[in-house]
Amino acid sequence: MLIKKTSDIPFSEITPKSAYLNRRAFMTGAAALGAAGLLEPRAAMAADATKLQTVKSPLSTPGLTLTSYKDITSYNNFYEFGVEKDNPAKNAGKMKTRPWKVTVDGLVKQKKTVSIEELLSFKPIEERVYRHRCVEAWSMVIPWAGYSLSELINWAEPLPKAKYVQFLSLQDSTVMPGLRDINLNWPYSEGLRMDEAMHPLTLLTFGLYGELLPNQDGAPVRLVVPWKYGFKSAKSIVKIHFTSDQPNTAWNDMAPREYGFYSNVNPNVDHPRWSQKTERRIGASLFEQRQPTLMFNGYGDQVASLYNGMDLKKYF
Amino acid sequence: MNKRTVVALKVAVWLVCLSPLALLVFHGFRNDLGPDPTATVTHATGFATLRLLVISLAITPLRRLSPRLGWLIRFRRLLGLFAFFYGCLHLLTYLWLYSGFNVAAMIDDIGKRRYIMAGMAAWLLLLPLAATSTNWSIRKLGGKRWQVLHRLAYVSAISGVIHYWWIVKSGVRTPITITLVLAVLLLARIAWLARQRISRQADVVTAG
Repeated sequence: MLIKKTSDIPFSEITPKSAYLNRRAFMTGAAALGAAGLLEPRAAMAADATKLQTVKSPLSTPGLTLTSYKDITSYNNFYEFGVEKDNPAKNAGKMKTRPWKVTVDGLVKQKKTVSIEELLSFKPIEERVYRHRCVEAWSMVIPWAGYSLSELINWAEPLPKAKYVQFLSLQDSTVMPGLRDINLNWPYSEGLRMDEAMHPLTLLTFGLYGELLPNQDGAPVRLVVPWKYGFKSAKSIVKIHFTSDQPNTAWNDMAPREYGFYSNVNPNVDHPRWSQKTERRIGASLFEQRQPTLMFNGYGDQVASLYNGMDLKKYF
Repeated sequence: MNKRTVVALKVAVWLVCLSPLALLVFHGFRNDLGPDPTATVTHATGFATLRLLVISLAITPLRRLSPRLGWLIRFRRLLGLFAFFYGCLHLLTYLWLYSGFNVAAMIDDIGKRRYIMAGMAAWLLLLPLAATSTNWSIRKLGGKRWQVLHRLAYVSAISGVIHYWWIVKSGVRTPITITLVLAVLLLARIAWLARQRISRQADVVTAG
């Protein structure tokens, strides 16, 4: 099993696994095709194209053992690609992430559309190790790559009336077999209050382990809100919409008793069907999996003040 | 069916029934139970319980299709006991892996979660059936009473399917297959009973 301790070297400076695997395939190919003169340098370049230049961030969570790349990319909830954990890794390959555009509209000075290339070069990509807690009571530790969503929001120039941000994911039935399997209100919609969206921990995310996101993890651009349950972090975003009222969100529409709009990680508020007091750490062995769940997923020092005076049992 | 065929079939059924456990043990020793081993063990034992229970319930309706399928009855007890065996393992995953044998936490949990109550009910209903599965019990209880008691298997399977629906995320429809199979089996029983009642009445009329 691949378990890495967080180190001082950003992952972008370590050769990613897919790259050296590709290089190996490239060498095998070289042996086979070299004599025939069919070689092109494209294979090696393609491998490097998935790599991201990242910088270190003070907002990264120190001292955690990372979940393996394999587990992060093979155990996913991405219902557009099926309801089983291994469905996204099997089915998401057909989604085309280039070209990709994100529309920013609603209560903004001016509606804008931005390409994924522009987003990637807009600000330095930071490596942020975060805890990731799913509402289903499992968790991971993931080295994400991105920059604070606030950077994009400032660029978008929302009007003072804008109090919430809604994120809409891609809906394309030609590549997403899961759209038929579960009757969520597609496209997948998530939302944050403006102050949550502006919080520096809220990450506009393009990669993990120093590489571009694999499709099953929400390529080419997703949200990561580390103090909330995972489903709040919308994947494969195509639209960012500013509103004055709390937007509809997919799971909250489906089962409001089970999935609140806020959905902050909270060991004291159980899901109606299971306890949230503990979680199973993905990748740990059978009898060592269970560990206590932390309030705000361990980010209380940074975010608790956002909810001063709010009854978190009511606004779960 | 000759004795050798029966023995060969019994061995095959044993192997098939043991295969979910064998797979878990094999992968467990290789530390290869997937990213979420607790969930892997829970799902594998839960599926094995429900599937075996439904298969054991299919025996009687299948036998009625043709007199040539009478031999199937020899496997019903084995399948039922294996269903109970996996039900016990499934319960153990809850007691051990989810609750760490913390009794207070479990009592708190069971009271609050209806899916656990349904699952517990399904297991408790299987308990007297497993206990009275011997030939001695059948004689002691008398065939008729034994049969009535063992119809609880249906109630258990229904509880098990409800348990399944209540644990999957709202909107997820994966339990539909086993639900439909169980529904067909139930309907087959009801249809059989209705037909028997009609033919009995017909007999009475003819006799009169």
